[in-house]
Amino acid sequence: MEFIESVTITPFVMIAQDFPVFFGEVVFNGVLTGVLYSLVALGFVLIFKASGVFNFAQGAMVLFAALTLVGLMELGLPVWLAFILTMGAMVALAYAVELLVLRHLVNQPDIILFMSTIGLTFFLEGFGETLWGSNVKKLDIGIPDTPVEITGMLFNSFDLIAALACALLVTGLAFFFQYTPTGRALRAVADDHQAALAVGIPLKKIWIIVWSVAGIVALVAGIVWGAKSGVQFSLSLIALKALPVLILGGFTSVPGAIVGGLIIGVGEKIAEVYWGPAVGGAIENWFAYVLALAFLFVRPQGLFGERIIERV
Amino acid sequence: MLYRETGQFKTTYAADQAIFPIFQDRVFIFALIAFAYLAIPALASEYMLQAVLIPMMIFSIAAVGLNILTGYAGQLSLGTGAFMAMGAYSAYKLTTGFPELNIIVVFILSGVATALVGIVFGLPSLRIKGFYLAVATLAAQFFLVWMFNRVPWWYNYHSSGTITAPPREFAGIMMTGPTATVETRYLIVLSFCIVAGLLAKNLVRSRIGRHWMAIRDMDIAAEIIGIRLLPNKLLAFAISSFYCGVAGALLLFSYLGSAETEAFDIFVSFDVLFMIIIGGLGSILGAYLGAAFIWLLPIFLTNAPQLVGLSMPVDFQKHLEVMIFGSLIIVFLIFEPAGLARLWQIGKEKLRRWPFPY
Repeated sequence: MEFIESVTITPFVMIAQDFPVFFGEVVFNGVLTGVLYSLVALGFVLIFKASGVFNFAQGAMVLFAALTLVGLMELGLPVWLAFILTMGAMVALAYAVELLVLRHLVNQPDIILFMSTIGLTFFLEGFGETLWGSNVKKLDIGIPDTPVEITGMLFNSFDLIAALACALLVTGLAFFFQYTPTGRALRAVADDHQAALAVGIPLKKIWIIVWSVAGIVALVAGIVWGAKSGVQFSLSLIALKALPVLILGGFTSVPGAIVGGLIIGVGEKIAEVYWGPAVGGAIENWFAYVLALAFLFVRPQGLFGERIIERV
Repeated sequence: MLYRETGQFKTTYAADQAIFPIFQDRVFIFALIAFAYLAIPALASEYMLQAVLIPMMIFSIAAVGLNILTGYAGQLSLGTGAFMAMGAYSAYKLTTGFPELNIIVVFILSGVATALVGIVFGLPSLRIKGFYLAVATLAAQFFLVWMFNRVPWWYNYHSSGTITAPPREFAGIMMTGPTATVETRYLIVLSFCIVAGLLAKNLVRSRIGRHWMAIRDMDIAAEIIGIRLLPNKLLAFAISSFYCGVAGALLLFSYLGSAETEAFDIFVSFDVLFMIIIGGLGSILGAYLGAAFIWLLPIFLTNAPQLVGLSMPVDFQKHLEVMIFGSLIIVFLIFEPAGLARLWQIGKEKLRRWPFPY
């Protein structure tokens, strides 16, 4: 009885008490985390749309990008140069993946491609740490980290700038997809590989482009997460946080990744703060999955995913 | 030359349906089982048994289970680690709650408990498919592991949160716990391993197995020809979880001795998935070959530098190992996507014609 009360009544009473200031802070913190989840999920969606590959290595790419950036900065390079070089490294990685892995696995079942990206995950983690070492590194890119007060709520200036940067990146990508010729080609490939080939879109080039873009998205995500909590192995685990976002939003939808990320981010924070104490805390790990699962029962293709039509 | 089936006539339906229809195969498999039961415990070193053979066979049981679900019924699952945890924790609860209960019965009951949990987490498979389902099974992985960490009842309110296999004997021989000899534990695991394989092989050749394969190939078409999806999919989840549960219980009682939830994290799920993919999806033999490959490869990689007289810093070697492991997986997938079971089959075909290919 006590437990039922602590789950069904107490949290709402607490929310009412905390309204609006503390509750607002919780929600906003959720939004910030959500934007970061969206970024990682976006990398997944880009690759899945263009090549049908469920790229598990996205998390490892985040780690690899952040490690490379920090490593280059430790060599004494300025931030902007290190950033550009890391971007170059991610593009090179995209070429290598296409040349060495994807090209040889065309027409294999989805699960084989999925497995190969798990292999890639192991490789990237090992490679990054062999190159740059495995101790926790601090990433300081010179964004001020001071508390800011807006209408009574306390925020962190770093979080605000990060959220803004992510929002800009996401909008930029949306424009890129909608209005440039390359973006149009990408959408064509996503719709139908064979039809895209028939009208003369070079599939291999498209794959390199999406893997590069996903690499750059991973770099941005790596910078933001790395600056918050240090660059270390656990960075590659945020891929696991992005998966519920993915099923919530739909594997094939860019807006879905964004909205899904926000829902998961906010839901997770609220659940942890208000419902966490009743069930023993640390529910962040699985809450997102259960939330996404609940959504799936209603819409099996996710919020914005393409309707699954099955024929015999 | 030796491997010819010429002159072996089948005169009964039973002979036609045998698992090993070729005489030489039967000889080989019985010799292998006899060798495993009689020679290995006498000859192999303790390290060989404890660190190589026991865990390899335990994981092969889990791999058979996952292969039933993923390879035969086509339901991709990433929750293997959690189901193994369920088996380990329920075996622990059962044997500490009822100390008189026969330990073999405890293993089987913990498999049953895991099967029930598997059914619950298999329910989403009726509405969602493919990668969506894979991510949904991750919910099982994270939720169950969280539960075993946070609900003290599961580890008997022990202050460290660890579960330890208590000593239990059967027919006067110590089966588990610190005093059980490594040979005893090896023989228990070996027996489970063989029985599990035999049951699974017969299951997938039966009506149920054919239903599963129809569902795997296309579930709508299967439904149209009159296969009911609900009971068949849930049965696949239940049986697969049963295998994983028994494997988890064995992992705790016969291999680790004491464990925390870290022993059953998501990487265990990935490892088992690797095993069935490298071994060959939809092949019972493949599950065993894959388990051997994935378990032995890291051990080989760890020991290889010493063998050739190379020495390097420990953490560098660790990273190199992970790197090589990852690239070998990719290389393997590129060259033989159908897995080790296919290679085995090709080898057998070659052997039949050797040394006179015609």
